[in-house]
Amino acid sequence: MYHAIVFLPLLGFLIAGLFGTALGAKASEYITSGLLVVSAVLSWIAFFSVGFSPAETLSIPVLRFLDSGGMQADWALRIDTLTVVMLVVVNTVSALVHIYSIGYMHHDPHRPRFFAYLSLFTFAMLMLVTSDNLVQMFFGWEGVGLASYLLIGFWYKKPSANAAAIKAFVVNRVGDFGFLLGIFGVFVLFGSVDLSTIFATAASYVPAEGAQENTAAIFNFLGHDLDRAGALTVVCLLLFMGAMGKSAQVPLHTWLPDAMEGPTPVSALIHAATMVTAGVFMLARMSPIFELSHTALTVVTFIGAFTAFFAATVGLVQNDIKRVIAYSTCSQLGYMFVALGMGFYSAAIFHLFTHAFFKALLFLGSGSVIHAVSDEQDMRKMGGLRRLIPVTYWMMIIGTLALTGVGIPATLIGTAGFFSKDAIIEGAFVGHNAVAGFAFTLLVIAAVFTSFYSWRLIFMTFHGQPRATADVMHHVHESPPVMLVPLVLLAIGALFAGVVFHDYFIGASYELFWKTALFTLADNHILHDFHDVPLWVKLAPFVAMLVGFLTAWHFYIRSPETPKNLAASHRGLYAFLLNKWYFDELFDFLFVRSAKWLGSFLWKKGDGWFIDGLGPDGISARVIDVTNRAVRFQSGYMYHYAFVMLIGVAAFLSWMMLGSSF
Amino acid sequence: MTDWPILSTVTFLPLVGAFLILLIRDDSDNARRNIRNVALLTTVFTFILSLFVWAGFDNGEAGFQMVEKTDWLDSGISYHMGVDGISMLFVVLTAFLMPLCILASWESIQSRVKEYMIAFLVLETLMIGVFCALDIVLFYVFFEAGLIPMFIIIGVWGGKRRVYASFKFFLYTLLGSVLMLLAIMAMFWQSGTTDIPTLLTHDFPASMQTWLWLAFFASFAVKMPMWPVHTWLPDAHVEAPTAGSVILAGILLKMGGYGFLRFSLPMFPDASLYFQPLVFALSVIAIIYTSLVALMQEDMKKLIAYSSVAHMGYVTMGIFALNQEGIQGAIFQMLSHGLVSSALFLCVGVIYDRMHTREIAAYGGLVNNMPKYAVAFLIFTMANVGLPGTSGFVGEFLTLLGAFKANTWVALFATTGVILSAGYALWLYRKVVFGALSKESLKSMLDLSTREKAILYPLIAFTILFGVYPAPVFDVTANSVQALINNVTVSLDAAQSAAAN
Repeated sequence: MYHAIVFLPLLGFLIAGLFGTALGAKASEYITSGLLVVSAVLSWIAFFSVGFSPAETLSIPVLRFLDSGGMQADWALRIDTLTVVMLVVVNTVSALVHIYSIGYMHHDPHRPRFFAYLSLFTFAMLMLVTSDNLVQMFFGWEGVGLASYLLIGFWYKKPSANAAAIKAFVVNRVGDFGFLLGIFGVFVLFGSVDLSTIFATAASYVPAEGAQENTAAIFNFLGHDLDRAGALTVVCLLLFMGAMGKSAQVPLHTWLPDAMEGPTPVSALIHAATMVTAGVFMLARMSPIFELSHTALTVVTFIGAFTAFFAATVGLVQNDIKRVIAYSTCSQLGYMFVALGMGFYSAAIFHLFTHAFFKALLFLGSGSVIHAVSDEQDMRKMGGLRRLIPVTYWMMIIGTLALTGVGIPATLIGTAGFFSKDAIIEGAFVGHNAVAGFAFTLLVIAAVFTSFYSWRLIFMTFHGQPRATADVMHHVHESPPVMLVPLVLLAIGALFAGVVFHDYFIGASYELFWKTALFTLADNHILHDFHDVPLWVKLAPFVAMLVGFLTAWHFYIRSPETPKNLAASHRGLYAFLLNKWYFDELFDFLFVRSAKWLGSFLWKKGDGWFIDGLGPDGISARVIDVTNRAVRFQSGYMYHYAFVMLIGVAAFLSWMMLGSSF
Repeated sequence: MTDWPILSTVTFLPLVGAFLILLIRDDSDNARRNIRNVALLTTVFTFILSLFVWAGFDNGEAGFQMVEKTDWLDSGISYHMGVDGISMLFVVLTAFLMPLCILASWESIQSRVKEYMIAFLVLETLMIGVFCALDIVLFYVFFEAGLIPMFIIIGVWGGKRRVYASFKFFLYTLLGSVLMLLAIMAMFWQSGTTDIPTLLTHDFPASMQTWLWLAFFASFAVKMPMWPVHTWLPDAHVEAPTAGSVILAGILLKMGGYGFLRFSLPMFPDASLYFQPLVFALSVIAIIYTSLVALMQEDMKKLIAYSSVAHMGYVTMGIFALNQEGIQGAIFQMLSHGLVSSALFLCVGVIYDRMHTREIAAYGGLVNNMPKYAVAFLIFTMANVGLPGTSGFVGEFLTLLGAFKANTWVALFATTGVILSAGYALWLYRKVVFGALSKESLKSMLDLSTREKAILYPLIAFTILFGVYPAPVFDVTANSVQALINNVTVSLDAAQSAAAN
């Protein structure tokens, strides 16, 4: 069954990719979507059979892979609760996105290619989440990167799409640079890249009660001799660098907003629900070693909190509907990293799980909006769509309620985000971590912003007066059922995923559900502590949500002049936010330009002037100089030759005479 | 079959083909077709025979196999052939690429077809000979003689600046070879033999090792090529005909790496360890420097040539990491690069044949009318970038891992190549393939012909096959590399204890 879950999408990719043009668009759509639906159903079966029974961690070998010296890595599927949660997320969203795309991409001439890419992406993502060793994980990691590159650049005639695709790939590669070094570090430390071996060895690293910390140097990194704790910290930080790239954490976030150049279903699947959460998954998967490095976890918390805050501030002022949601994704990923940094792995995965539903819902909903207003994405040209596309409107409302975490504090009534996001905020409050207070504060502020930009999106798009041209408004139509049904299914998840599953993910049934999939140290009590927070902490996210909502209502419904005045009076701040804190400009200056300058310098000066100048060209030029001079002697005048001969004879005679006198 | 001298057959079969072609008078279209057919058949047969070499190869045996030995010259210089796990796959790779080269030249070469095919067949004999030779003089003959047909191929069938390029190529390689010849004479004088298996067990005095190592290094570093003696390569590639580039990138560059593994490491282990920092430094410089230079290229072939230099940097780094992962990774990287860079040059050849320009700016939007070509080019671009699932990843990963075990600084700098390679390779792909098809001249370009598919599809298959299932290569190389490392460690230990006494 697990083979089928993972390899059916691959089959779909091969069929649509190799024979797509022969089969035609319809057949490609139905084959890939059908296979994905089968895969998704099987994933749910796996989810219930693994998550709700005392199943052991399974490792299913598939094929030999690397085998060189100590480096042994085979293709294998690792099945435990963490895997099946990811299987459900990936395959459910992917199947729904496949179906949705049948409607959304209806007019596109390259549908077989599109569906092939979607299935390829799904396969790579499944290889990632089922990986049994770090090399296979890296395969999935890069595979999703490739699919993301292809899908962002799907409309290859658009220069902006091509640029965004390359940017996404290269920025991710910066993260991969760290990930690769992290894998090497793990291999040197543990002698293996196999997860089971790493975890078994890591367990023996846990300092026994009262025992002396082992401070013998075991690993030399960049000339520094590191002890066990230091080595683990270095390795964890390197791995985290990979996660930062894939999960768009500051400063490696710049590719994600640009990735919105791709078709909207792609944004929903890859850049919201699945691929960007790979970093979160990886850290949770590697919890047995992250848990041992307090320093690394502190860094994770800091980066996560900062990203959550930063992305939320930028989201406040964006006008492109997809970019608002993209920054929201970036911000929510920050929440997940804060949870990871607190050692609250289950909450991070829980938020990943619920986020997949409501963020995919928001993206697909915005796709439905874009579809309705003739491919317009600028919210300033929308407005008043509520009555024209009511189903989409209500689905977007549900998505927003879930994202902003609407629910009644201290009860079990609430949307999915209410359970997962509030758990993270409360966890941040009780976390034992140098930056926990900082993280808690930023997360609450970010919650205000989240609520503001989400409602701003709803109000600007659906309420008020229509700002689109009459021609566009005339064409506004509700999407076909093939697009609406996935929305409804996701909405069900966005409403109920929290209340149904919270007990298993972060509640009383934690042990039963997770078993050994996540690792926490004996002194990590966050799972119990986060329930016992003061009431004001429980109320904080609720109040934040309310403040955001009311401000948005005031700004965009009651007095629409306020935001304009505010922007005018704080011009500098507005420009700073609108330009995304100038990260792109800074990186362009620091890295892109300098690399180009250096490249052309090394080429023209290094290769051309220096090496060739001293080497072959220089030598041949000297040879030519010498011969030219020699040529000049052959002037053709008799007296020149006679003169030279005379000098020669004189020199010869003097040498003879002097030589004989010695 | 056991007594059949299969290595000599594989080596000299192309020469038989060349002789047959010599008999055909090249003055009609018919004759040319015959010449091409003979060349193709010869190379295909050679490839099939080389597969028998692989089939008959015993993975468990670390030493030389299929050995042939007869007296040749005085003073014990013999005709001695054999393969081990390090060399065997290079024989197969050479024999595999040759038919593709002949096919790639099918239409693009119209003048002096006869001489062209003869040059290629002679070159094949010499290249296979290099990997099979077990006598150092025999090796030298093959190694040097290979220069001549390559020199002719670039100089006669090359582009506009072909004379400059071929002389540059010749000057550089000759300089290294002269030093190597001196070293070979010194080795003979010291040890009294030119037999490679005997030399492998011979201990050269430490002071002598240094000089011998440097002399061999001069030759192999040029062939590799390593920074800073790499500048002949971009010019040679740019001017060479497509098939010439394929052979240059696919096989000739590998001779440097092979030489390090066959001579420098096992024969001069003390010197190899002594010079390890030097090689690491040059490799890392090569990776970063040439990747940056590749970013700025305007000529497709030049870009790929510079990226080749960067990839060869991984090879030298892996070899001198002196551990199993590094060396096996380096061998794999050489084989993979033989497939991938050859394929990239063939891809350039495909559009060069249509447009007769290599300038990147002259292209754009080819995906619109050449979708099959776009897919093939994409796969090879990704393999060049080192994407897992393609053969490019395996070698890159293992060499970096090997380097990480030896020295983390080296691995840190070398891994930046992962970012830079994505930069230049995707930039090239975008400029050539993506975008709207706006240039008038490109609109009439046709997608891959059957002949071009026959060239590129097998390469795609092997690139992905060895990326997903590299085990057969590791099985072949494991024991020989293990033996090589043991050999090196034992000598190093011996030298250490001698120094201690």
